[in-house]
Amino acid sequence: MAPIHANGKFFGWRRKNDRVGVRNHVVILPLDDLSNAACEAVANNIKGTIAIPHAYGRLQFGEDLELFFRTLIGTGANPNVAAVVVIGIEDGWTKRVVDGIAKTGKPVAGFGIEGTGDIMTIAKASRTAMEFVQWASEIPREECDLSELWVSAKCGESDTTTGLASCPTVGNMYDKLIPNGVYGVFGETTEITGAEHLCKARAATSEIGEKWYRVWKAYQDEVIEPNKTNDLSESQPTKGNIAGGLTTIEEKALGNLEKIGRECRYIDVLAPAEAPAKGPGLYFMDTSSAAAECVTLMAAAGYAVHCFPTGQGNIIGNPILPVIKITGNPKTVRTMPEHIDVDVSGIIRREITVPEAGDRLIEMIRRTANGRLTAAEALGHREYVLTKLYRSA
Amino acid sequence: MEAPHLLVHDRKDTVGVVVVEGLKAGTDMLAVVTADNSAFRLQSKMDVPIGHKVALGDIRKGDTVWKYGQDIGVAVADIAKGEHVHVHNLKTKRW
Repeated sequence: MAPIHANGKFFGWRRKNDRVGVRNHVVILPLDDLSNAACEAVANNIKGTIAIPHAYGRLQFGEDLELFFRTLIGTGANPNVAAVVVIGIEDGWTKRVVDGIAKTGKPVAGFGIEGTGDIMTIAKASRTAMEFVQWASEIPREECDLSELWVSAKCGESDTTTGLASCPTVGNMYDKLIPNGVYGVFGETTEITGAEHLCKARAATSEIGEKWYRVWKAYQDEVIEPNKTNDLSESQPTKGNIAGGLTTIEEKALGNLEKIGRECRYIDVLAPAEAPAKGPGLYFMDTSSAAAECVTLMAAAGYAVHCFPTGQGNIIGNPILPVIKITGNPKTVRTMPEHIDVDVSGIIRREITVPEAGDRLIEMIRRTANGRLTAAEALGHREYVLTKLYRSA
Repeated sequence: MEAPHLLVHDRKDTVGVVVVEGLKAGTDMLAVVTADNSAFRLQSKMDVPIGHKVALGDIRKGDTVWKYGQDIGVAVADIAKGEHVHVHNLKTKRW
């Protein structure tokens, strides 16, 4: 029998820019915190749409503003999104988001609240949202190759089973799928601390390794050293990590890095929310290790399915990116089963091997791409958290 | 194969991870090294929760502790073979 990953197919949505999506969301996207209420009202009016409220968008500037626009535009541009309604307090920045998303060729419309008020804006935006959702509901799925998927990875509420089972499972998946043309990504800059020598060595070239090291070192020098008040115990590792048996950042980092498998080498280092542009392969993205921040950035970079290894039971989801939870901790399987999509606890009982677990994960990726709701989707987890680089003006 | 009580990543490691719930002091543990599937036995000296670490031999204060065949920090107290290794006796060398 051919390996499961060799000729995997699924039914997804091929977008005008030739990217393949596994969901068909119509998103009501606020430009700013002030516009959340109108977006939620529209999503309540028009069934089948989804509002993505967030906390920022006012008086940001410089690189922080660029990251903000990259994240919002990237969210709308993601192939899991069929169409977007953008609502902002004013027209100028609203138009900037609309124009950015429109480059994908998908339907997008913007509405400004100033001079119109919430009620009229909601009425106008609701009519457009209704057109979009009825249009989107008739787009047929078509057969796509598993190799067309972009699969991101980030772990959370890790414990020692993460490094023994769930992260090696994701690594095995990447070792099998990336040679077939899949795009992968890992991140969590702080959480490589203690394994930076190993991570640097996994770059495709020494230049890429040096680029990675500069990003890692800059975070140490510019963020941690000036701001730390202790050795970061209870923040990194977290209280949950410590409860699960992880003691030091070095130990946590070594487990984390198991996610990139044995063979893959990363081919570029991305800024937060930056779309990969060097073709298929594994990428590193400079992100926080906080789950919702990191997954939001990976969704904004265009990834369509997320693999999330957890030990103690992180429950995160995302509004547009299906998050597949994998655990190797039998206690978590027993106490939080509704949050787990792939149980690989057989690895620590030596009942299954890591390659067998990798095949199970690939099968779950295929099922998720075909439409199976993840645990996080079924439970309504839609965490959308923007990364902020510094205070607004 | 009998399910192990303890998993060790690498032969160089000085700690292993408890992978069963409710491990009691005095248990004659089956330990397996995942890198090469070799096995050995070790007696636990304490009740240790699942996911927590046990010293594979005596570790002295100031010793580097090894896991994944890598440096994961420094012992800040003497730790006897079979004892629980965690935040009370192991610290990061970073930050």
